[in-house]
Amino acid sequence: MATAEVSNKKTLKVQRFKPSDNPSNTYLTDEKGVWAWMTTVDHKKIGIMYLVAVAIFFAVGGALALLLRTELMTPAKTFIEADTYNQLFTLHGAIMVFFVLVPSIPAALGNFIMPMQLGAKDVAFPKLNLASFYIYVAGAIFTFIALAQHGLDTGWTFYTPYSTESSSSVIWVTMGVFILGFSSILTGTNFITTIHKMRAPGITWGKLPLNVWALYATSIIQVLATPVLAITVLLLTMERWLGFGIFDPALGGDPVLFQHFFWFYSHPAVYIMIVPGFGIISEVISTFSKKTVFGYWAIALSSLAIAFIGFLVWGHHMFTSGQSAVATTVFSFLTFLVGIPTGIKIFNWIATLYKGSIKMDTPMIYVFIFLFLFSIGGFTGIMLGALSVDIHLHDTYYVVAHFHYVMMGGTLIALLAGLHFWWPKMTGKLYNEKLAKIASVFIFVGFNVTFLPQFVMGAQGMPRRYYNYVDQFTAFHQTSTIGSYLLGVGFLIILYYLMHSLFKGAKSPANPWGSRGLEWQATSPPDFHNFDHTPVVIHGPYDYHQPMEEFQLGLAVDTNGHDSETAKEVVDKEREQWKNYSLG
Amino acid sequence: MSNHSQAHPAHLQHHFVDSDQQFDAAKMGMWVFIVNEILFFGGLFCAYIVFRAWYPDLFTMAATKLDTTMGAINTVVLIGSSLSVAMAIRAAQLNKTKWIKINLLITITLACVFLVIKYFEYSHKMHDGIFPGATLYTYEGIDHPLAHVFFSIYYVMTGIHAIHIIVGIGLMIWIYIRAKRNEFGSEYYTPVEMVGLYWHLVDVIWIFLFPLLYLIE
Repeated sequence: MATAEVSNKKTLKVQRFKPSDNPSNTYLTDEKGVWAWMTTVDHKKIGIMYLVAVAIFFAVGGALALLLRTELMTPAKTFIEADTYNQLFTLHGAIMVFFVLVPSIPAALGNFIMPMQLGAKDVAFPKLNLASFYIYVAGAIFTFIALAQHGLDTGWTFYTPYSTESSSSVIWVTMGVFILGFSSILTGTNFITTIHKMRAPGITWGKLPLNVWALYATSIIQVLATPVLAITVLLLTMERWLGFGIFDPALGGDPVLFQHFFWFYSHPAVYIMIVPGFGIISEVISTFSKKTVFGYWAIALSSLAIAFIGFLVWGHHMFTSGQSAVATTVFSFLTFLVGIPTGIKIFNWIATLYKGSIKMDTPMIYVFIFLFLFSIGGFTGIMLGALSVDIHLHDTYYVVAHFHYVMMGGTLIALLAGLHFWWPKMTGKLYNEKLAKIASVFIFVGFNVTFLPQFVMGAQGMPRRYYNYVDQFTAFHQTSTIGSYLLGVGFLIILYYLMHSLFKGAKSPANPWGSRGLEWQATSPPDFHNFDHTPVVIHGPYDYHQPMEEFQLGLAVDTNGHDSETAKEVVDKEREQWKNYSLG
Repeated sequence: MSNHSQAHPAHLQHHFVDSDQQFDAAKMGMWVFIVNEILFFGGLFCAYIVFRAWYPDLFTMAATKLDTTMGAINTVVLIGSSLSVAMAIRAAQLNKTKWIKINLLITITLACVFLVIKYFEYSHKMHDGIFPGATLYTYEGIDHPLAHVFFSIYYVMTGIHAIHIIVGIGLMIWIYIRAKRNEFGSEYYTPVEMVGLYWHLVDVIWIFLFPLLYLIE
């Protein structure tokens, strides 16, 4: 192991730690067995458990979507009853929003990757991290109890007064969402603390990976918005159970107040879903362009700007709900403001590609799909934010298409990019690149075939959530249904080759993409403690013009930080010197 | 990892570098949690503001049914308990382990006094037929069609606050047991300080609840 002497006035003892391509000890070989997994406080294992849970819920939610689309093949009844249809779209929405999109990137990929990107051994509160997973499971159990009883037919938004009158099991689901909220809050609290307090020597705020910045912005939204959802669904439960009279107009309450409460959380919540996706895009686009991210601070701070503005725009969900004309106008203009930081991101990503050495591996393909689909989703969002247009488009398939372009075309595609990017890191295995590319074509084509026609029929007046429709929309609906099958095939191919890679895939080297990110300077899969040394960071995470050796530095003491008293003294002294070190 | 010698103190968790980092992280996490709590109660305060703005008469009429004396006693009790929990933290910082325990016991006692008084308030109202929600509400002494809404807000705000008191008592019993095992001293008193922070929050929320619900005219 050659000691890389970094030119520097201070005498600092750092040494190069080249990650082994054949690690003998990994987090997967430590702590084996089902019980060890279930009680682990290791952020990597918890991340994997979240990933599995999210994948299962995604499969359920996706299957429900396919049933819905199949029912919509014909204008009248195709094969399911109208009441069942109402329950199916409600569950599709509730599962996809609360159980898939919200936890998907932060709790699954973020849990696994973020502490590694910080050079930390774990998140700040590992036990809370495990608790948040079980709280998530408890919330899921409540939802399934509702399913076993009378289902849910209110739509995922639980609007009063219907939700107080509906004969379906509203209380079970709202309590499930209440419990689930704590899982989200704990993850957010944990991440904020981790990002502030657990950074390895040399990682200043200006050297944080953009993925971490995005998770930081997300966590802020989770912490500030989720408690309001908790109190909203609690009040709704009380309304149904005891007749509180706060939301139910029959008892003196105000249904619009419910909508205000609900969207105060649920609009910021769409940024909980999409902002972590932005983080992944920044990481992948830089790695596969072999180039410094253009406008690091612009991308980092625009995440925070989105988090901030996201709290001021909830009223645009209620343009037709009878809020005052002044409020409506103000919310409309504030909504346009969200386009600015989002546009800044898109332009900076495009500028990052400029003169880069672009390598079109699967993660990068998903980045391009993301840029295309998310831009459409964003632009149509601006249209919906415009008052006069929204009055026409409100509650039509145009809205459905818009948020699927943003949530699925944005968040889910970013999740796929991140999953393919970090899969070798998480599992130590390589997937079949050819199959992955074929699947990405299915996803891209299937997605557009599904949702582009929905823009058209929405603009022509097809209302959302309807069981039947007039004949003129038949062609659009049928195209959309065929597209959804293509999407389904795409996801099955992904499932196949990822599972195949787990058991029969080729072994991955430590850093298959040649990334400069700190998480790639650990072995694949990583050690139980992530690194067997204390990493030292002297360059930004995207400094591709610097040699790889200078990204593999660690304190030159034979310890991971606390094994013996003398080693601890040396490490402490070194850490102190490295605390705010920067080459510039 | 390789062998763990006795180099680091017993309270230090493996993923932290040293006690300072562990303490800083705990404190920051606690403050973020407090922000959470404020937003959680914030939703309730928001409902309160909206309905008070819509029905000012209802609030002034219904508030007369609340027992201001009992509310005032409870306010003093809670502020006193905040003092004693602060003294428990100070005792820990000064390494006076005996006084940690004494002050915790005082705090737990005061918290129980608060709950007992709250119990009498609740049972008195329920005896009159004042329940949360239109389904159970039968009291006819308030001449307003939405009287039940005020008491819904009253019960849910004070009720959730009371749940926080109960959780706080549980937490303090837990750190009392740990203090008995001599786990705390000037070297390590993080849990004492965190429970103290939580208790101050519960106290502050009551200080807003009391005038907003009891003292309106």
